[in-house]
Amino acid sequence: MRIDAKGMHYRELNKIIRQAVKDGTKELVLDNINGQRYIGTGINEKVRIIVNGVPGNDLAAFMNGPEIVVNGNGQDGIGNTMNDGSVVIHGGAGDVIGYAMRGGRIFIKGNVGYRVGIHMKEYKDQVPCIVVGGSTGDFLGEYMAGGILVVLGLNRRQGEPLTGDYLGTGMHGGVIYLRGEVEKYKLGKEVNIFELDDDDKKKLKPLIEEYCAYFDCDLEEILNAPFYKLLPVSSRPYGRLYAY
Amino acid sequence: MSMYLPAEFIVQVDYSRCRSCRRCVAECGFGTLSYQNDRVIADHKKCAACQRCVSTCPEGAITVIHNPLAYKKNYHWTPEHIKNLHKQAATGGKLLTGGGNDKVYKSYFDHMVLDACQVTNPSIDPLREPMELRTYLGSKPDSLSFTCLENGEYKLETEMSPQVRLEVPIVFAAMSFGAISLNAHKALAMAAKECGILYNTGEGGLHKELYAYGDRTIVQVASGRFGVNHEYLNQGAVVEIKCGQGAKPGIGGHLPGEKVNQEVSQTRMIPVGSDAISPAPHHDIYSIEDLSQLIYAIKEATNYEKPVCVKIAAVHNVAAIASGIARAGADIIFLDGFRGGTGAAPTIIRDNLGIPIELALAAVDERLRREGIRNKVSIIAAGGIRSSGDMAKAIALGADAVAIGTAALIAMGCRLCQKCYTGNCSWGIATQRPELTRRLNPEKAAECLTNMIRGWSLELKEILGSLGVNAVESLRGSRERLRGVGLSDTELDILGIKPAGR
Repeated sequence: MRIDAKGMHYRELNKIIRQAVKDGTKELVLDNINGQRYIGTGINEKVRIIVNGVPGNDLAAFMNGPEIVVNGNGQDGIGNTMNDGSVVIHGGAGDVIGYAMRGGRIFIKGNVGYRVGIHMKEYKDQVPCIVVGGSTGDFLGEYMAGGILVVLGLNRRQGEPLTGDYLGTGMHGGVIYLRGEVEKYKLGKEVNIFELDDDDKKKLKPLIEEYCAYFDCDLEEILNAPFYKLLPVSSRPYGRLYAY
Repeated sequence: MSMYLPAEFIVQVDYSRCRSCRRCVAECGFGTLSYQNDRVIADHKKCAACQRCVSTCPEGAITVIHNPLAYKKNYHWTPEHIKNLHKQAATGGKLLTGGGNDKVYKSYFDHMVLDACQVTNPSIDPLREPMELRTYLGSKPDSLSFTCLENGEYKLETEMSPQVRLEVPIVFAAMSFGAISLNAHKALAMAAKECGILYNTGEGGLHKELYAYGDRTIVQVASGRFGVNHEYLNQGAVVEIKCGQGAKPGIGGHLPGEKVNQEVSQTRMIPVGSDAISPAPHHDIYSIEDLSQLIYAIKEATNYEKPVCVKIAAVHNVAAIASGIARAGADIIFLDGFRGGTGAAPTIIRDNLGIPIELALAAVDERLRREGIRNKVSIIAAGGIRSSGDMAKAIALGADAVAIGTAALIAMGCRLCQKCYTGNCSWGIATQRPELTRRLNPEKAAECLTNMIRGWSLELKEILGSLGVNAVESLRGSRERLRGVGLSDTELDILGIKPAGR
């Protein structure tokens, strides 16, 4: 099913999408998308949504199953409290990506903004992943309680940092993989930098393979650079706070 | 130094009556009592004055009294300050507490009185005449339009926002499963269904056993988003975005890993034993525009079928914030005053931040009316509502309904010992310890809650009857029926009421 969203308000567009999904449509192509919010929000079926253009904020918020491909850039709030499904952005994206995300995967070809992966968490077999091809802003993985964040730092300009400041502040679960080094001062006091072990490599490789498949990159070239991981130094950073 | 800290309470056992049945030893959740050398011995320092032993001793042999310890008299350095300083010297931590602000601030409810009809206008006898307590929560339209059908009947043309019916203008305040036991949650859910009101999941997610009460449930979305998914959002009758709480304005929540057992883990959707940390702000809400974005994300996810409520703590600038919330698209604003309770909060926050609900409510209602948007939102007022009298006054100040947390807990047996944060509640309410939680029979607790709501309903009807009105809608925002006693001109002005005698 193809929808021309030119000039359409998000409420109308999403109503059409929800009805189409209800009627059993398995693939939707949305043309002329220009800032419409909440695409894929709260959809529970394993449908495929192709977005041609730049979708608005909260793409895939509370999403539970669909596969969204954006042929363009993304904005803020992608995958907010997302439960399952995948989002592939053929461009860059804004702030607050994957906030409190519990499951599913987000792949972003380029750079992302601030507050990405804040309070991601995992539960049983639900392990959310975000793979960022470029660099990130401040507060990456703040309060992170589970899941996997990967920052590849590809195509950076000369001197452009891999991540911003306050990296993993308050992190108490999950893991952040970085392709390249970051200065120690950028780390939140709850995390530290470690070398990868075999388990990490097993976890990381399929994610990077998937990234390369989406964005047509050279796997070997990406894997050839050194990777590091950020882990919380304590799973209870907030242990000794109280006088009982 | 803390080992030298004297006990706050003394447990007195009358050995002439004690039959050494040792029930008290089993009943105390705090481990205060033990049986040694053929008699019950109390470790007074552990006593929280929860009165479980006092209430369950078959011989009535136990009394708990304040330790009549003599400190040198000092109005500034009270025994509480001294005790707290010793505690902090020993631990280096933040002082924790439970329950609501217990300090001596002025209670405006106790300085307002309601009107009654005498001679010149008749009062109504609610025992003989119908009295309407029903109210609807949700955004109301600016105007209504109708079309006349061929058969002479009228049809409503205006598209209405979703409304939720309350048979009594009361909801149970948010208390999460984790802070309180599943049995306590079940009791609240059952009572809400029985009374035609609502209970609130708090931020702990929704246990599958409570899905049956979905149409009586407010599901909460807080900054940690624990247990929040599509299914959860669509289970409830109302979705509440929690931005603040009266007992701890501006700070987040923290359920220690020790309390995250198998069942709590399932509803919060986090691993067993992990800390459940709710950041102070929602990190996707840094502005009214961001709030609006989340409100509409929830509306999209629930197909615009459920009212969205935004809960904030009553703070200095509450009227402007509430105006922003109404304009952001919320259907309900939940205002929580500084007397509001909590399962755990730093004492210093609970006792020193936020403002009284009476003033906040009056300021918000006035502001929204002045801006012509009062109809766009319903207002739920909370934070220390103790009786139907407080409820009636809150409604007269402009609330659509009140929320009660502490009062509901007390109806279930709570003695306000304020030790909720320890997880040792001997009454089986604020605990996850199985040997304690099984003490609270959900059916019986639900009956107690239902009784309390029934009592308040009867009293509210009496108040309305005395005022000569026959519907709670007629009392709402009717400040002319309130008078202040012992209030300054400024306080009267903020409350929008006249002094008694005028």
